[in-house]
Amino acid sequence: MNSTVAKILKKPITSAILAIVIGFAVAAIILLLAGYDPGGSFAALFAGALSKPKYISNVIIKATPLLLCGISVAFAFRVGLFNIGAEGQYIVGTIAATIVGILVDLPAPLEIPLVICVGTLAGAGLGALIGWLKAKFGIHEVITSIMFNWIALYLCNYVVSLDIFHQPNSTGSYPIHESGFTMILPNWKTSDEGMAALSNIPWLREVMVKTDVNIGIIVAIAAAIFINWLLKRTKRGYEMRAVGLNADASRFSGINVQKNLVLCMLISGALSGLAGVLNITGISPHGIATIAAFENYGFNGLSVAFIAGCSPLGCIPASLLFAGLIYGGQTLQQVMGTPSEIINIMIGTIVFCMALGNVIPMLINRSEHKRATKMLAQESVRGGDTHVS
Amino acid sequence: MLANLLLCLSITLMYSTPLLFGALGGVLSERSGVTNIGIEGMMNIGAMAGVAGSFITGNPWMGFLWAGIAGGLVAVLHAIASVRFAGDQTISGVAINLIAPGLALFWCRRLFDGAAMSKPITTLPKVFDTTQFGDSALASLDIDITVILGLIATLVLWFVLYRTKLGLHIRAVGEHPEAAETFGINVFHIRYSCVIASGVLAGLGGASVTLAIISQYTQTAISGQGFIALAAVIFGKWTPQGAYGACLLFGFTQALAIMLGGGNSIVPSQILAMLPYIMTIIVLVFFVGRSVAPKADGVPYVESK
Repeated sequence: MNSTVAKILKKPITSAILAIVIGFAVAAIILLLAGYDPGGSFAALFAGALSKPKYISNVIIKATPLLLCGISVAFAFRVGLFNIGAEGQYIVGTIAATIVGILVDLPAPLEIPLVICVGTLAGAGLGALIGWLKAKFGIHEVITSIMFNWIALYLCNYVVSLDIFHQPNSTGSYPIHESGFTMILPNWKTSDEGMAALSNIPWLREVMVKTDVNIGIIVAIAAAIFINWLLKRTKRGYEMRAVGLNADASRFSGINVQKNLVLCMLISGALSGLAGVLNITGISPHGIATIAAFENYGFNGLSVAFIAGCSPLGCIPASLLFAGLIYGGQTLQQVMGTPSEIINIMIGTIVFCMALGNVIPMLINRSEHKRATKMLAQESVRGGDTHVS
Repeated sequence: MLANLLLCLSITLMYSTPLLFGALGGVLSERSGVTNIGIEGMMNIGAMAGVAGSFITGNPWMGFLWAGIAGGLVAVLHAIASVRFAGDQTISGVAINLIAPGLALFWCRRLFDGAAMSKPITTLPKVFDTTQFGDSALASLDIDITVILGLIATLVLWFVLYRTKLGLHIRAVGEHPEAAETFGINVFHIRYSCVIASGVLAGLGGASVTLAIISQYTQTAISGQGFIALAAVIFGKWTPQGAYGACLLFGFTQALAIMLGGGNSIVPSQILAMLPYIMTIIVLVFFVGRSVAPKADGVPYVESK
């Protein structure tokens, strides 16, 4: 095998692209077997996600919390922790943001940072608690995370049920004060002046008026860049990655493993909490509602992180892909009658292929190894050396 | 009073049984060294396969069998990824949790004209129900047959793991696969069998929800039980008897939350609903402590030359 080809095949991005192709192929086979039209279904899927400016805008809005939860999971995974609790940290983020956003009414330049800080801190607090329970009592983060996910869910329902927050005749809370909204120019775009300015640019008008365009994605991308920098360019990040690769070796070389575990979960929780806050401040209904089952932002964050190979920057395209598939999948069912669960099967297949991520490098190494041994053997025969091992 | 106690016992057993099957699957898989986050997905496909089996054949026991097979088949995927190809077991498990519920709901829609829930189906028989005991107190016990099967499965798994050569091999593979290999134990065979068997058990766990408790498949029939089962594995320190205890405790706190919530309780229902989860954490902190997984748990085994 050509060594350049081998090098390209060994790159993580190649595995990801291959995984996506296989995901579509498997979905196509299942659709065929079940008697649906795969070509038409995929066309509807892409049309549903990309054919109008407002669809693309909605995909980006949907991708925002997935990106933040994805970075949250990816970051923890790099430090050797499995943060299955991103879901709960997301929920407490939404709860805290809603409580503060309803109780406190300040001018926007103060209100927005306050709401974002409190919500992020709530997620960070829950994350740190999980990390502390592991560091102090040795309780596996998976078990505490799973328990706290449920506690967060019921806490949300409890807060919604309280008279000061509960909006009568609904299953939700009141919205937060408008000064806490993080949409881009929400009042201007519906004013006469705004309408006039936007009428010249139809796509922008459609995007601005018909979707909740907000600052979330900018914050999320900034977070991805920050976490990437933290992991790769700082001493703290180096320590954390060392803990993730080998906790015992790190301890012997003088790294405080316990402290790094707690700090890692604190940051991871903060990211998931931030995802929750931005969904409250950025999109309607700007409040929390009674939840019967998990909304899966955190759990989908797991998939995003793994599709991205746990790279914070890789989470950006991965979250867009994920959001596009989920959003386009809704159209799939409406237009083609294809069960939208096929999207979950597709995403699952992609993630599954990512679990096999080291198969291609493994196979290439093996074939290179074989080739090298063969060449050595041939050379030694030519050289007259009879001692071939 | 007696009726209340029996009711509490009945709810405890009802909640704990599906968890128990899932947890036993987790114990078996992890003892052989393969983490199984995919229990939730395997339970989900089992829940649907059980309904499909009972609906198509009219025999709930066939459904129970189908559930085991379906869970086992999904587990084959996990085994291929994590045993054969030394893939990341956590990632593979997360993938299973997307694929299996997707397949289950897809199957449900194909079988029941596009509906996201199945028609009601014939369920498995009960032990101690009203038809046998009429109005006596025992009738409120109302135990499903799966409760008994769960207990038997626990005893069998305990016996296999600790009293047979096979069990010794499984535990050896989970602690130190390289050493096991030098003794002539085939690490791949053991891990393959254990992962597939764990899928079978998880599938039965899913079916013990749909074939015994709610008598139909819905999208939320399995919503998190697989994860609680996973927690029970760790809580029970990777032993069948420990997992049984953990599941019972969990079921009991659920029962407590339900019994306390009846009538005009002063504690809001949402706070009561948190009880099982808070209790689990408290018990872990104060009574169970540090959990140590089998040494090679989650570590892919790559054959050395």
